[in-house]
Order: sequence, then structure tokens, then C-alpha cells
Amino acid sequence: MKRLLVFILMTLNCVAVFAQAADRPEMADTFRSSGKIYVVVSTVVIIFVGLAIYLFSIDRRVRKLEKLEEPEKIKKDK
Amino acid sequence: MNTILSIASTFYSFLQRQMTKIWWKILVVILILYTLIAGFLLGVPDKFILNETIRNLYFHVPMWMGMLSVFVMSVFYSIKYLNNGEEKDDLAAVECVNTGLLFYSLGLVTGMLWAKYTWGAYWSGDPKQNSAAIAFLLYCAYLVLRNSIDEEQKRAKISAIYNIFAFPIMIVLIFVLPRMTDSLHPGSGGNPAFGKYDLDGRMRAVFYPAMLGWSFLAVWIATIRYRIRLIEHKNNSL
Repeated sequence: MKRLLVFILMTLNCVAVFAQAADRPEMADTFRSSGKIYVVVSTVVIIFVGLAIYLFSIDRRVRKLEKLEEPEKIKKDK
Repeated sequence: MNTILSIASTFYSFLQRQMTKIWWKILVVILILYTLIAGFLLGVPDKFILNETIRNLYFHVPMWMGMLSVFVMSVFYSIKYLNNGEEKDDLAAVECVNTGLLFYSLGLVTGMLWAKYTWGAYWSGDPKQNSAAIAFLLYCAYLVLRNSIDEEQKRAKISAIYNIFAFPIMIVLIFVLPRMTDSLHPGSGGNPAFGKYDLDGRMRAVFYPAMLGWSFLAVWIATIRYRIRLIEHKNNSL
């Protein structure tokens, strides 16, 4: 009985190894299916939105400075 | 030849007028937001060794595209400067190079990180890496050369000529020479580029908007830097 159990265990072990070897390249499928990927995506999106708003505000400040420098030329351009 | 040149210059002056418009900036934000979301969520081909890092294609390669677009602009302004001798074109050229170097470093660093997990080391002396480092120094030399000349017109003229020569050398170093030898980098020495086998429709849908978005972002940053530079220049010359 003990020998049979060991035999079965060994065989099952083998099956697991084969199953892994025949597997496709490992992709983060659990990470995706558990929905945790959305945490990463939202973090990245928040960071980028913050940076974009920051860039827009820098742009606006430069525009103000340009108007201070040459108010008549800016009007002519428009 | 002449018609091609005139079409190119018309297109470029069109772009030049649009670069400071609001739609350009909104398009940048939308394109990059799309690539950030779709780049993580859309499916990718399953590959050994690469695994999920294949998504780096959406973030590492566009850095080089952004660098390339501002460097092209910089060459354009350098040629323009040599043509008409207007100081603002020289300032535009140098600010484009400054922005390009930012994207250059980002590309190098992200490439090193990616190399660590696919090639086994941050720096393996690969032809692509080595020539990218040499081309980086080439552009650093441009800035050093600029800062070493005091006289303004001389500085502008010499650095414009240097810039025009540095650009094709950079292209050859980064995009031509590594492809002619054995390199680990995709697209070199019988090593297929991503476009050939791996870039299926799902990846294209994210990759091309990413290239466009990050290039436009580079141009946007360059225009902001140029405008600040222009104000500084006016205040200094008063």
C-alpha cells in the first residue's frame, strides 16, 4: 500500500512537471483575472494626468510671460 | 527634387504653426493616456523570455521616436539658422537637442532595465548599446561645444554646422551599424525586429499611437523650453 502510494505520488509529480513544460510562455494571467492590474493602470494614469496638468500650467505661465514681454506682437500673431 | 523640398517645407511650416495650438496638446494627452491604458490591458503575443515585458515596446521604443522627432526638428532649425542667421532659430535648435537628450537618456535607461531581464545584464557591451552610448556622447559634445564659445554668432554658426553633421552620424550609429553586425537587440544580425513576427494587429493598435503620442509630447516640451529660452534671451539682451 505504501509502495503504491509512493508510486502514484511520483507519477503525479511527473504529470505536473510535464504540464509545466508543455505550457505556453508564462504570462501574468492571474494578475489580470484578479483585477489587480487595474490598480497599476489607474496609478500610471493618475501620474500621467498629474504631469499633463502640470505641463499645461507651465504652458500657461509661459504664455503670460510672453504677453508681459510683448503684448502688441502676440495680438498681431492672432 | 525641388517640388519635394517645397512640399516638405510647406508641411513643416504647417506643423510649426500647429505646434503651439491647444489641439496639439490635447491630442498628446489623449494618445498617451490611451497607450497607458491599452498598453497594459490589451492582449499581447505570448513569447518565451520576453513574457509580459513585451509591453515595454509601447514605452521604450517611443522614447527613441520622441528623441528622433526633436532631433530632426533641431537639424531643421540649424539649417534654417544657416540660411537666414536669425538668432531665434539657433535657440530653437539647442532647445530641441536639450529635449532630445532627455528622451535619449530615458530610452537608454529603459533599454538597460529591459536588457537586465531579457539579456541578463544591464550593459552587455552589445553593439546597439555601445553605439547608442557613443551617439549620446556625440550630442553631449554638441552642448559642450556650444557653451565653450562666447561670441554669439560664432557659437550659433559652429554649433549649427556641428548639429547638421552629428545627426546623420547618430542615425548611422544607432539605426544602421548595429543592424549590420550580431546584436542582441531586435532588428539586428538575423535577429528579427519586432515588426516582422511579433508585432501583430493587437500590438500595432497601441504601438503606433504610442509612437505618435510620445513624439508629440517631446515636441510640446521642446516648444515650451524654446519659449522660455526666448524670453530669457530677450531679457538678457536688453
